[in-house]
Amino acid sequence: MPVLCSACTEKRAVLKRPKTGHSLCKECFFWAFEEEVHYTIVAAQLFKPGETVAIAASGGKDSTVLAHVMKLLNERYSYGLKLMLLSVDEGITGYRDDSLETVKRNQEQYELPLKIVSYEELYGWTMDAIVKQVGLKNNCTFCGVFRRQALDRGAIILKVDKICTGHNADDVAETVLMNVLRGDVARLRRCTAISTASEGEGVVPRCKPLKYSYEKEIVLYAYFKKLDYFSTECIYSPNAYRGYARTFLKDLESIRPSSIMDIIHSGENLCVREGVKMPVQGTCKRCGYISSQALCKSCVLLEGLNRGLPKLGIGKHHRLHDKILSQQPLTEKEERKLKSVDF
Amino acid sequence: MCQVVEEYPDQLERADLPSVSKKCGKCKEASTAVVIRTADTYCRGCFKEYFVHKFRATLGKNRIIFPGEKVLLAVSGGPSSCAMLNQVQEGLNQNAHKKLRFLPGIIYIDEGCAVNQTVEERQRKVSELQAVFKAAGFPFHIMPLEQVLDLPNSVVVAAPSPSEQLASTYKAAVDHFIQAKRSNDLTAQDQEETSVPYVQESHTQRLQQLIGSAKTLTAREDLLNTLKQHLLVHIARSKGYSKLMLGDNCTRLAVKLLTSISLGRGAQLAQDTGFSDSRYGDIIVVRPMRDYSANEIASYNHMFNVPCVVIPSLNTKTPDRASVHCLTESFVTKLQVDFPSTVSTIYRTSEKLQTAGRSSISTNLCDRCLLCMCTMDTAVEKASAFQATQVSTQLSQAKPTGSPEQPTASGQCCSGAGTEGCGSGVGCCSSASVKTPDLKSLLCYSCQLTIKDMLSVEHLPAYILSEAQRRLRRFRMREDISEFLLDDGDEGGDV
Repeated sequence: MPVLCSACTEKRAVLKRPKTGHSLCKECFFWAFEEEVHYTIVAAQLFKPGETVAIAASGGKDSTVLAHVMKLLNERYSYGLKLMLLSVDEGITGYRDDSLETVKRNQEQYELPLKIVSYEELYGWTMDAIVKQVGLKNNCTFCGVFRRQALDRGAIILKVDKICTGHNADDVAETVLMNVLRGDVARLRRCTAISTASEGEGVVPRCKPLKYSYEKEIVLYAYFKKLDYFSTECIYSPNAYRGYARTFLKDLESIRPSSIMDIIHSGENLCVREGVKMPVQGTCKRCGYISSQALCKSCVLLEGLNRGLPKLGIGKHHRLHDKILSQQPLTEKEERKLKSVDF
Repeated sequence: MCQVVEEYPDQLERADLPSVSKKCGKCKEASTAVVIRTADTYCRGCFKEYFVHKFRATLGKNRIIFPGEKVLLAVSGGPSSCAMLNQVQEGLNQNAHKKLRFLPGIIYIDEGCAVNQTVEERQRKVSELQAVFKAAGFPFHIMPLEQVLDLPNSVVVAAPSPSEQLASTYKAAVDHFIQAKRSNDLTAQDQEETSVPYVQESHTQRLQQLIGSAKTLTAREDLLNTLKQHLLVHIARSKGYSKLMLGDNCTRLAVKLLTSISLGRGAQLAQDTGFSDSRYGDIIVVRPMRDYSANEIASYNHMFNVPCVVIPSLNTKTPDRASVHCLTESFVTKLQVDFPSTVSTIYRTSEKLQTAGRSSISTNLCDRCLLCMCTMDTAVEKASAFQATQVSTQLSQAKPTGSPEQPTASGQCCSGAGTEGCGSGVGCCSSASVKTPDLKSLLCYSCQLTIKDMLSVEHLPAYILSEAQRRLRRFRMREDISEFLLDDGDEGGDV
């Protein structure tokens, strides 16, 4: 007895939704998925008509699906947005070059303009070179911090009003868990926000239209729609701390599929006690980017790389900011602490 | 590297073993007896001092327990609660420096039926514990969990808290007490020979049916905890205790924090894991053992022969993935091995949280969850995870062809777009059969999940169901006259 789709009750169901457990046919699933993203965009008022929006595209499943759905919804509901693709080349041989090919293919398929910014031209360092200096344990920090700034700089070059990224529900839930494990209360409060604040120069607000879409559903969508994407893990990621949170989340999902949304719900309803010290947003004294310290994190990391002190930037380093700003050399003891790298 | 004859031309770096000194880190005289927190060494005497001091400091810092108050200690027989009992004994000892000044009582809840223990096994455990309690010298009560079926409605109604006991009045209260004490000694409470109430077989069966109606172990654990809490609060109220002490230690609270987040209890984290929990109004739940890690307690119990009784619970001997709680526990324990500061970091996060939104002394009862009695967190906000889930459910189901009966908008549920996605067989919205009211609108997010996992709610104890109906009736009444009410928000007095 074939199972019927629970939405249209006519066609045969071909998949079971990970999010709610309902069995749906292909068309109803596409419809439900797209409508949910549309609902998220409308309810959170993510865009205004006439805006130019850059879709952060990495060639992976999230950004490919995001580009597809954004283009589709823009036409279906007349958002009136001008869309373009923005991609970042970190300089990881074998991983990034392949995914960039996918992005170029996407550009042709969706007929959207594309801009690629690279770490090499922005910072003078590729991820391969960074990993050689830093090792395999803390490299994700460098990549993440640099990528954020790269996206912002690319967005300014393209003169867009907003960036949208392909962060899905699993990503947000992992971030909540990670922030609890790391004790980062400031980030914990901010990480469930669907869009960042839009004040400040040199900062382009960014949002996550796929925030409530499960990763598995994104894969199902891409699979059934036969979308073209690049699906290999970054070769440098296995030792990242996030891996622990991810495994835990995957196990949780197998026990209770609604856990992912439950964690996001918890994160949204957290309330931090008054009187807890919170960082204040200012600007970096060197590059003008937003920062809560005297120097922004990417300046600190870059300084560490350029001086051959890979651990500068990992761990507490506010006291050294003045020294870095004034170009003073660090004492031997400080240098020794910052140099040691464990592979 | 994998040759038969391995030669290492360079000296292999010796891994640095943490050097542990042989002498106690504190008094530097006696030899080390225990190492806690990776590198802190203590001798026997200093460790005991440290342990005892921590207990007093936790109680004293949070000036919540006023002198002369009756405090109920919830002892489960496990190491943490037995250590807590031991500390209270020590603290009330006549010779103690800075004696504790409250009047303790002990409560043990026998949940053998939930774990399917036989009557003989239960009696054996109970008598072991009775011996321990008698030795302690405080009045004790032993209650079978079946009593929960006979509780009155008042249990799930937050009673108004007594006259504000502010920290500022604490000092005055202590001084007053010391003055009064000079005239008459603190009368130690007599140990009454309380016999264990007799348990009817039918009650046991009903309770087992209730627990069995929850499909997943997670839901069962949640349900069991809720019922236990209700029973504890009821006993505290009926015997005149104003404070309830639980023996949760740091490790367990860290696991509880992560579990709560995974279950959607983000809004209630501060109450679930904080030092004091005032959700019941008149009874304040206190957790004095929250600064002790499980290791410290285990070392203390071993070194000073604190008696404890091993009693199986719902998740004893279950695999890691059996429930959210088990998974989280194994996750945290394994992570702790590689990153020794995990538990303390998580614990410190819990200290920085507070209850969201309105004050917890709000008397507007529709704002409180029926089961866990915390402030509701299901307000319909346009862009939230809760709303997104409901949208998904609606989109995945067939739209009804014009339902004849308008479902009574139970306020905080779906925003007017029909409530067809409401239940999974939990009684229909409108013409609710008298037996099984629709509980969803009365529950917070995570309690809704627990109920969703239950086959039917008809096995829930009578007090929960009747209170649910009362609230629903009251809500409908309010709806009828809402246009004539002048006061929009909280109205004082009974809702």
